Amino acid sequence: MKPVNKIRSKTVVLPTRDIDTDQIISARFLTTTTREGLGKNVFHDLRYNADGSEKPDFVLNKPESKGCRILIGGNNFGCGSSREHAPWALLDYGFEAVISTEIADIFRNNALKNGLLAIVVDSDTHQWLLDNPGADVAIDVAAATITLLGAKIIEFAIDGFAQHCLIEGIDQLGFLRQQTSTIESYEENRSWKP
Amino acid sequence: MSNPSTLFEKVWADHVVVDETPETPAVLYIDLHIIHEVTTPQAFSVLRDNGLAVRRRDLTLPTLDHSTPTTPVSMFKDLLVAGEGAANQVRQMQQNCEDFGLDLLGYGSGQRGIVHVIGPELGATQPGKTIVCGDSHSSTHGAFGALAFGIGTTEVGHVLATQCLLQRKPKTLAVNVDGELPEGVTAKDLILAIIGKIGVNGGTGHVIEYRGAAIRAMDMESRMTICNMSIEGGARAGMIAPDETTFDYLRGRSRAPQGAAWDEAIERWRLLRTDDGASFDKSVTLDASELQPMVTFGTNPGMVVGINDPIPDSSDASFKKALDYMQVESGKPMTVNTVDIVFVGSCTNGRISDIEETARILQGRKVADSVRMMVVPGSEQVKKEAEERGLDRVITAAGAEWREAGCSMCIGMNGDIAQPGQLTVSTSNRNFEGRQGVGARTVLASPATAAASAIAGYVADPRTYS
Ligand code: SF4
Repeated sequence: MKPVNKIRSKTVVLPTRDIDTDQIISARFLTTTTREGLGKNVFHDLRYNADGSEKPDFVLNKPESKGCRILIGGNNFGCGSSREHAPWALLDYGFEAVISTEIADIFRNNALKNGLLAIVVDSDTHQWLLDNPGADVAIDVAAATITLLGAKIIEFAIDGFAQHCLIEGIDQLGFLRQQTSTIESYEENRSWKP
Repeated sequence: MSNPSTLFEKVWADHVVVDETPETPAVLYIDLHIIHEVTTPQAFSVLRDNGLAVRRRDLTLPTLDHSTPTTPVSMFKDLLVAGEGAANQVRQMQQNCEDFGLDLLGYGSGQRGIVHVIGPELGATQPGKTIVCGDSHSSTHGAFGALAFGIGTTEVGHVLATQCLLQRKPKTLAVNVDGELPEGVTAKDLILAIIGKIGVNGGTGHVIEYRGAAIRAMDMESRMTICNMSIEGGARAGMIAPDETTFDYLRGRSRAPQGAAWDEAIERWRLLRTDDGASFDKSVTLDASELQPMVTFGTNPGMVVGINDPIPDSSDASFKKALDYMQVESGKPMTVNTVDIVFVGSCTNGRISDIEETARILQGRKVADSVRMMVVPGSEQVKKEAEERGLDRVITAAGAEWREAGCSMCIGMNGDIAQPGQLTVSTSNRNFEGRQGVGARTVLASPATAAASAIAGYVADPRTYS
């Protein structure tokens, strides 16, 4: 994983509540065996008409959304299926952070493991972000702050370990493998065997 | 004596390899890892790239379910119908299992099936185990008093390589269900009502323990239906304390402990219950006796209503968008809607008791001409048992299709889909936009409601056909 620390971008706002991972990447695109190339199908059915043309009203298709790397989602973003293809697709498309008032557990876990920031903010901040699409926002992972440029600085909560891994670009598998001898002794000493 | 603890806390504590600290999550040992073709290829690539082996092949249970077709007769002809991508994914799984020395329960094994159906069926799912799979309905296995949850593909790689996961300890939520379910009201109706009550994010960050008289009275397959949909309430895991019902179900199954080991296991399993005086972070209570058959009307499983009740109203934009998508109206009951497809199957309701219930309602009746009904067994074993009992013949005589085992219409990636605008009454677990095909409309319901709707041609109250 490459290190992630500072992000600065305009925002894209998708205010719908309960955006599930089926919306983010439909199951019919999951027959892939790699992580790459999913970005072209992110939010596919919201983005495209049946004939493959773009839906002009959908926010990602608007000219001002191009190149934006921060997505503001409605409450309970990323619920549903555990597919890691959802954060892969968002990253492949070019997003680096998702901000909402609530982010589903498995999605958030998956996102952070891939260097996609999944940030939960209070409802006032969230409302401000929803009301100001295209706002210029700076995120600092080490300081755990979001700066709403021209407005204010907000702190967000992030698990210390996830933060450390993001900043240093640490691969959690490497961390787990360092525990091998402890895992072995757990296996030997447990009172019953699966 | 130690402090009173919950069922979850006992199972958690038994699997902590390295304690959690403010800086690092706990290292949690995993006793059973079920894998399938869709969420593993990238994890195997990581092992390959790093020259790693699967650490505990004996604790890894691979099968094929998600992208495999369920069309009867020739599998491979239809794999191509479902797309080269799906066929490639299946071949890749077969290759990965071969390369890493894993015993794949594949075609013709007689034991292939949906990940959450075969674990219990083989007796591999047991009380007190930690169980994970790259599928969010892993919560199903919690019905046995296991701690079971869905993980992403990176974590699949972690478990393959180390048999462990990095986890923060979740909070606990008690869902107490008092009373007795009325005639014609099933576990599926109860879990839909629970999700309606707590909301699709009500369990976020929590492990649910289902408790109370209505839960204790349920058979194992009903308990699996309940735990299965915990994730639809936002909880990664749902658990039920094991009891005689659990032990009776597991006794004699091929991967359950045998002989002296069985007696020892039961002794250990009996301790797996929440102690008196243990506390939960949150709790909710429902009265089962007040329930009726439930159906969803919107595009998430929390948008649920009694079968004869009017759809509620709200000025919320997301709510209105959902009703628009579903082409349903506030103030009217779901029973005014005509049905195009009925699907009985999935890890929620694809087990033998579900097929039995479906056949009971279809017996001597006909599926409406305007309806296509598909009945898809959750595993090859369920299929065989249903056929031995002649249930398949009742189903086909009524005009419904009896298919091969797999996830089928639960997830639109194996060729079984609805067309845009078509309304499907489905016994699966998700009614998200497009889940069953682009523009497809999904109504979640019990097998009884699904079968009744197939006969009526519109969303129907199963109590009419009992
Ligand atoms: S039946 Fe549906 S929810 Fe269950 S494992 Fe298959 S795709 Fe997942």
